[in-house]
This record gives sequence, C-alpha cells and structure tokens, in this order.
Amino acid sequence: MFEILMIVALSLLSIAILLNIYRAVKGPSGADRVLALDAIGINLIAGSAVLSVLLHTHAFLDLILLVGILSFIGTIAFARFVERGVVIERKR
Amino acid sequence: MIPALFILFGVSMSLIGAIGLTRLPDVYTRSHAASKSATLGVLCTLIGTLLYFLISEGYFSIRLILGIFFVFLTSPVASHMIIRAAYRSRVPMAETSVQDDLQEYMRKKAGQAER
Repeated sequence: MFEILMIVALSLLSIAILLNIYRAVKGPSGADRVLALDAIGINLIAGSAVLSVLLHTHAFLDLILLVGILSFIGTIAFARFVERGVVIERKR
Repeated sequence: MIPALFILFGVSMSLIGAIGLTRLPDVYTRSHAASKSATLGVLCTLIGTLLYFLISEGYFSIRLILGIFFVFLTSPVASHMIIRAAYRSRVPMAETSVQDDLQEYMRKKAGQAER
C-alpha cells in the first residue's frame, strides 16, 4: 500500500517536471526559462526525498542539501545574467 | 500513514504549481504560481520524509532538517531575484493586467539620475 502511494507520488512529480520542461523550452523570455529551471530543481529535491522513502535508505538525504544549494546558486547567477548581461562584475 | 499523507499533499501542490506555470499568461503570474506552491510542496514532502524515518526507524536526520531550512530560506529569495531581473530588463506584462505602480517610481528615479 505504502509503496503504491510512493510510486503514485513519483509519477505525479514526473508529470510536474514534464510540464516545467515544456515551459523551459517554450517560454517567451529568459526569465520564464530560469523560473522553470528553478522549479525543476525544487521538484528534483522532492523526488529524491520520495525515492529515499521508497527504497528505505538514508543515502539520498545528502543529495537534497546538495541539489538545493546548487539550484540556488545557479538561479542567482542566471538572474544576474538576465539583469546585467554579466555574472561577475569587476569594479575598477 | 501520516507521512504518506504529507508526501501526497506536497506532491499534489508541486503538480498544481507546474500546471500554473504552464497555463498562466505572463512571467509575473507564473512566478506567483511556481514559487509559492513549489515551496509549500517541497516542504511538505521533506517533512513527510522526516516523519517516515522518525516513525519507522527512529532515525532523526539532521541533514534533512538542514535541507528543509535551506529550501525554506532560499526558494523565495531566488524567485524574487528572477522577477526583479525580469522587471528591470523590461519583460512585458500580460495584456489583461491593469495596474503597474512600480513603473512611475522607476521613471521618477531614472529622471533623478539624469539630473
């Protein structure tokens, strides 16, 4: 019963990721794409949590923190790139 | 059974956010759908995972608590940064939107900078 519920949760998450990929491919502006990629990262965090419940293991719990940090840094870098055209500003 | 309810609620919140991200008209309303519901969804899912390991094995995961705290802290910040960049690079609003209060302020500020 529990495993069936977890498999249903994983399928719903994969449907959500597919919808986000549609927006990331189609999105009219760059900000739409960055927004969709950020949502994909957050859904991947939820997916790894559900997978670790399904497989009864603690091994994927590190992955949650790692994917969270990487997704946040990537989103901030892309936001700066959309706003100013450069990622790292050099002041002289 | 409680962890399964938490996880299913969180996952359906993520799905609702993704549907909103697909169907809403412009980038600002899409951000409204994506950031709020995705944050609530992933928080409920992670709390369900924490409760599952706590109930079934008696294992309290500090890493999971750190992950919950970090996602709760950074996800609204990231969404705010993206939307600020979108407004400043003049991504157009939907044609059905009726009010833009920030535009006058930005114009006044640009006028002050020229003077």
